[in-house]
Amino acid sequence: MSHRSFSILKRVITHHPNSSHLLSSQRSVTYMPRPGDGAPRPVTLIPGDGIGPLVTGAVEQVMEAMHAPVHFEKYEVHGDMKQVPQEVLDSIRKNKVCLKGGLMTPVGGGVNSLNMQLRKELDLYASLVNCFNLPGLPTRHENVDIAVVRENTEGEYSGLEHEVVPGVVESLKVITKFCSERIAKYAFEYAYLNGRKKVTAVHKANIMKLADGLFLESCREVATKYPGIKYNEIIVDNCCMQLVSRPEQFDVMVTPNLYGNLVANTAAGIAGGTGVMPGGNAGADYAVFEQGASAGNVGNTNLVEQRRANPIALLLSSAMMLRHLQFPSFADRLETAVKHVISEGKYRTKDLGGDSTTQQVVDAVVAALD
Amino acid sequence: MASQLVRRLARSRLDGILSSSSPNPSFFNRSFSSESNLIRATLFPGDGIGPEIAESVKQVFRTADVPIEWEEHYVGTEIDPRTQSFLTWESLESVRRNKVGLKGPMATPIGKGHRSLNLTLRKELNLYANVRPCYSLPGYKTKYDDVNLVTIRENTEGEYSGLEHQVVRGVVESLKIITRQASLRVAEYAFFYAKAHGRERVSAIHKANIMQKTDGLFLKCCREVAEKYPEIVYEEVVIDNCCMMLVKNPALFDVLVMPNLYGDIISDLCAGLIGGLGLTPSCNIGEGGVALAEAVHGSAPDIAGKVCIKETLILYS
Repeated sequence: MSHRSFSILKRVITHHPNSSHLLSSQRSVTYMPRPGDGAPRPVTLIPGDGIGPLVTGAVEQVMEAMHAPVHFEKYEVHGDMKQVPQEVLDSIRKNKVCLKGGLMTPVGGGVNSLNMQLRKELDLYASLVNCFNLPGLPTRHENVDIAVVRENTEGEYSGLEHEVVPGVVESLKVITKFCSERIAKYAFEYAYLNGRKKVTAVHKANIMKLADGLFLESCREVATKYPGIKYNEIIVDNCCMQLVSRPEQFDVMVTPNLYGNLVANTAAGIAGGTGVMPGGNAGADYAVFEQGASAGNVGNTNLVEQRRANPIALLLSSAMMLRHLQFPSFADRLETAVKHVISEGKYRTKDLGGDSTTQQVVDAVVAALD
Repeated sequence: MASQLVRRLARSRLDGILSSSSPNPSFFNRSFSSESNLIRATLFPGDGIGPEIAESVKQVFRTADVPIEWEEHYVGTEIDPRTQSFLTWESLESVRRNKVGLKGPMATPIGKGHRSLNLTLRKELNLYANVRPCYSLPGYKTKYDDVNLVTIRENTEGEYSGLEHQVVRGVVESLKIITRQASLRVAEYAFFYAKAHGRERVSAIHKANIMQKTDGLFLKCCREVAEKYPEIVYEEVVIDNCCMMLVKNPALFDVLVMPNLYGDIISDLCAGLIGGLGLTPSCNIGEGGVALAEAVHGSAPDIAGKVCIKETLILYS
């Protein structure tokens, strides 16, 4: 229990982008390990589909260059499989941490999304996407620093659909107090541990009174337990409008499943694109790290052929993973190197306005590691 | 200054419309032929700043010499038993007869035993599509300058069916309904609109990789209609991709057609791109060719006459 809180404390000190910059110049001894903490930790690695293998390959290269104490257990999973192979699930249960590229979900055809399956099996109920402006990357909006906490298991993505009569289809959106409460708790805990000042709940309770009303009730209850953190609520369409006009008003956002998807992708888009935003899925026992926002995490065939996928998102997610594993200085080094490469601007992939290949970006990051 | 700009815009749009050859489609059951034809339209000034805006609309139209005659209807102060709401039967009949209407912001009075006014209008007039053109206004600088798209949103079903219930304590279910009929209707309108306005692309926004049957049905209907319009490029975009692309590069989109919930969110997002709800026109299309343009904002006291001008432009488009 204290072991875990120690790591969380480390995450507090080292997570905020500003503070990591500070630490690298101070170089004081902040992390006292227990003997044996430096032993290589096994981490499950799922390359996935599309650009997945490309970007996970990038992560592997950088990890090796840093001599990070992780070794990857690679498993092949593809989006058109019926379900996630049992050995992969066992491996994740053993290692507790996984790094994953994108898994493609075929549109409209009877295969259940493997991403959803993974989340349900491992009960990864919180999805976090951290959207922030990277120094040196020009975007239309400044001062963006939003963390979107999205409920990951129920809501509109329950997958419960049926055809009532030919031509009429129903889909169930399920909201439970249990899930709403735990996601609200996660959001407030995250805000508390990372020094965030405000949590905003995103909903559409004026129309879906019972469902989103239940979600809001749970959020309000949890908010009373954290009097130091401001809490407010915003309707989802107004939220999207505010995101594109004044995103600096948002800090941490907690949302049900569908709205979270949209809000996370919008926030990622305004802060620089989904190619650079890190994120992860966390549950009570396991954590799976992947590219933050889900749009484009499989990429298209062009990107794969030309090997021009953007590895930044997965690199930053793997930095989050390193911190989660309690290797904060490796995480810092990786993040500093990535930010240096971005701010320099010489090696950027197409979605950031440059035309480098994945490999060139990786080499630049490796070179920037100190 | 705003009224000058608006007058200029109104005149230029009017010239554009009256000079170009206008189709006589079944959706719009009125003739567009000569200037001497007087068009009758129903006007609901609404509440709050509504009457003020309505006045400025009438003024602009008078100055621009638009051949339109307004029939004003006010929201009553007591419930009309025939419509079960504050809107009188006469108002609804007037809209049905004229086929064209303009609605100001209506504040639903808080009380019991009546439906919201907007809901009444929507149900009684069977307004199934909500059209919102979003284009960057010249002279109003936002962070996005090249927005020129139209969002068409299905207005009757989807996630907003209002069918919710509590299964057991702490578990709530909400039904999302998609029917073939409604999806076909809105897809037909979207393609018709695209063709009538010379738009080149229609994008259907969905999440069919997760909600396979519901959004799958919506997509199927869109595909069927797309086959009838081979000259219009049709594409399907997953909604999270769409959101991201909209904030990065809104010029990628032309006409967007979507089910109810996504439509709500995306149309407000697009409104945010061009400067807010105060500048966005909106029009609800109903069966039988009824078109009701409306103000999307509330009865806020701090918005000038910009809104209604844009709506009246859409009334003519």
